[in-house]
Amino acid sequence: MHRSTAISLNVLAVAALGLFLWWAEGALDGYKIQILNLIAVNIILALSLNLIYGFTGLFSLGHAGFMAIGAYVCSILILSPAQKEMLFILGEALPLVQEAHAPFLVAVAAGGLAAALAGLLVGLPLLKLGDDYLGIATLGFAEIVRVIANNIPRVTNGALGFKGIPDYANLWWNYGWCVFTLFVVVRLLSSNTGNVFKAIRDDEIAAKAMGVNVFRHKLLSFTIGSFFAGVGGALLASLLTTIDPKMFLFTLTFNVLMIVVTGGLGSITGSVLAGVGITVLLEWLRFVENPVSLGGFELPGIPGMRMVIFSLALICIILFRREGLMGMREITWSGLGGLFARKGGR
Amino acid sequence: MTRDGIILEARGLTMRFGGLTAVKEFSAAFPRGSICGLIGPNGAGKTTCFNMITGFYRPTEGQVFLNGGPISGRPPYEVCRAGVARTFQNIRLFGNETVLQNVLIGGHLRQKTGWLAAVLCLPAHFREERAMRERAMELLDAVGLAHLAGEQASALPYGAQRRLEIARALATRPSFLLLDEPAAGMNPQETQELMQFIRNIREGFGLTVLLIEHDMKLVMNICEQIWVLDYGETIAQGEPAAIQSDPRVIEAYLGEECADA
Amino acid sequence: MNSAMFIQHLLNSLTLGSLYALIAIGYTMVYGILRLINFAHSEIFMLGAYFVFWGVTLFSLPWPLAMLLSVVFTAGLGILVDRVAYRPLRDAPRISALISAIGVSFFLQNVAIVFFQAIPRAVYRPAWLENPIILGEVRLLPLTLFVPALSLLLMLGLVYVVYRTKTGLGMRAISKDIETSYLMGVPVNRIIAITFGIGSALAAASGIMWALRYPQLQPIMGGIPGFKAFIAAVFGGIGSIQGAVIGGLVLGFIEIMTVAFFPDLAGYRDAFAFILLIAILLYKPTGLLGARQEDKV
Repeated sequence: MHRSTAISLNVLAVAALGLFLWWAEGALDGYKIQILNLIAVNIILALSLNLIYGFTGLFSLGHAGFMAIGAYVCSILILSPAQKEMLFILGEALPLVQEAHAPFLVAVAAGGLAAALAGLLVGLPLLKLGDDYLGIATLGFAEIVRVIANNIPRVTNGALGFKGIPDYANLWWNYGWCVFTLFVVVRLLSSNTGNVFKAIRDDEIAAKAMGVNVFRHKLLSFTIGSFFAGVGGALLASLLTTIDPKMFLFTLTFNVLMIVVTGGLGSITGSVLAGVGITVLLEWLRFVENPVSLGGFELPGIPGMRMVIFSLALICIILFRREGLMGMREITWSGLGGLFARKGGR
Repeated sequence: MTRDGIILEARGLTMRFGGLTAVKEFSAAFPRGSICGLIGPNGAGKTTCFNMITGFYRPTEGQVFLNGGPISGRPPYEVCRAGVARTFQNIRLFGNETVLQNVLIGGHLRQKTGWLAAVLCLPAHFREERAMRERAMELLDAVGLAHLAGEQASALPYGAQRRLEIARALATRPSFLLLDEPAAGMNPQETQELMQFIRNIREGFGLTVLLIEHDMKLVMNICEQIWVLDYGETIAQGEPAAIQSDPRVIEAYLGEECADA
Repeated sequence: MNSAMFIQHLLNSLTLGSLYALIAIGYTMVYGILRLINFAHSEIFMLGAYFVFWGVTLFSLPWPLAMLLSVVFTAGLGILVDRVAYRPLRDAPRISALISAIGVSFFLQNVAIVFFQAIPRAVYRPAWLENPIILGEVRLLPLTLFVPALSLLLMLGLVYVVYRTKTGLGMRAISKDIETSYLMGVPVNRIIAITFGIGSALAAASGIMWALRYPQLQPIMGGIPGFKAFIAAVFGGIGSIQGAVIGGLVLGFIEIMTVAFFPDLAGYRDAFAFILLIAILLYKPTGLLGARQEDKV
């Protein structure tokens, strides 16, 4: 397919998404809009983890940590000084925290940048570790972030966290960032830098022999991934309007990992599809945890059932369809075109 | 202090793993534009020599000089950048990538526009990547794989994988190429073609080639200089004819295998 | 700080350390053989404690019997986990099994939430463990002696199995080279199953004693001790049983003593272990007693 055709199709797709959002904003109820918002955030998070793990082969379990950093930085920047005066009851906020204020776009970007900086600093020592050791060390990092968030009440309000974070993260912001993430990740991975990431994933030793500065590229992928994890965390904070350290438990990383594995490690379109599917599924599964009344009978909800089903699904995917939905394949315009052409031809 | 005609020189390379000395005081000077061979029985330390030259191992003692400048102790990617490329005994391709992508990765280290240019969609980036793709296709053409450019590398037949590995190494624009058992697993016909192929790339790319090989016919035919290792020690060095008649070599190595050669 | 208090802290760290050590042994044995971080191990620990609770409260079993049954059950559960979630992935990339392990961990944890509910429950403790013994200024709970003593007994039993039995020989063979063990006719799958059984039994024992020491049951109680025990295993040198024991004791000691001497840092208590982990991985990834493995070029 010709380059310009692909570009016009991409523009068309974005326009179609815009139209859909415009329609959704007016026609759908708050609950459905919330799900749409979560989809966008989950796609951002899945893409960022897929870049790190699926495409560069760095098994990182630290996503919750980067998300926490993004969420806290963004929240501090968009909470008004007056709100912060009310919020900080465990100890007066540090002057810098108290005074800081920024528009939403800047706040989200700052959250991403703070997470990226953390990714860079953490990656410098940790990315020398291989596979499972890297996973466990990054998991350790995420836990340390949580413990710190609990213990610096003058910055994070300790275990109480923040409430009443302005809910700026509407459909437009979330999908704007989502499209931006998608754009960056696609550009990156379709360039030769992307080839180098995949080379490191496939065979690190051969990559070294081919003149690839493996460590630098790992760091690059990890830092960019951390940036978007931070962005996702920032958007999530504004979307949910409350955050506290408990929110950033390993479960959060687990959910993102689930999306990435389901979609296919090393498939962008897989992450997008699974981001939509799993978010909807997770919301749908909420029903099993809420009490349901059926013809006058009150069936009690079963807390925990959602994650039972969810984790069982992950085990089944790993056991029976390790490559997930897409494996390393992608849905491309020319692929779709070929599909239609074949059908039309008959 | 280097002689003009020498491209790469190893001086007293020694590699010890704990108590085991894998290679002891390996010294060699490889004439520019030559094809040289490194032979010896299994476990003689040949691949260890390769690993020391290419920076995968830091030699316990000794140094490597490329064009008179020291390169030992530098990481593999810098050694590669300096112009030393290699292939592996057990082929190491990027299996999930296409044939073309494999070669492009080899071209990466000469690339000027980086990831930021790619994200910002700078015209210079697109221009460069287009030029790189063209060059990669030329390389694939040279090794006879152009028609397979879109195939997944791991799906190629064995011989094609060997050639792809060489094409990928050539994409780094080396001046010195190390081939680790390039003829392993090939039939006589293929080996014959490989010999011609190695000569061709030497001419075409202005290379110096050092190869490890067990196929004596290939080594004796193609190499101008040969080093023989046994138990990590260099037991002989010289032209093929001299090596073939060297009693120590015959005793250590050629004796049983190539008495009829 | 006077010496009586110091002794008190020392005994506390011995108790905590031996609990970590018992869990760490399971991690280290499985990792030594399969190169797998068995994330589900901390849930086995948790279930061990719960089984006793239900045995005593629901079926009115005597405490020692409930404890014994719980250990047997969890051992079976450990074997089942291996059979279902890990064995089919023996030939898959290592990370696949790890993801499966994470899945199993979440699964068991949430099954526990479904069946036992998330609210914490108080634990029954036999009275004879509760009456303090007073030795001068030192006030001793029998528990602080019981836990290290029983742990020591279990560890000695383990050492016997690993170094004096044919099964133990098989374990050591597999951890050296699983391929060759297959070829030499070692019943690899059976021995791996036994390893999971033993590791899980020890984790259950630890969980039961943990519940005596910190008498509160929660489905998420396994997470933090499990992680710390894993860190202890890494610290001691993953794959080495002696290392796991030493690592557990050291970690218990560091934790108790840091909080005792620097009460200001108590809030960071859970972070110590992780900082220790990262430090070890960076400076001595093989741990105290571990063997080095090189990437082959």
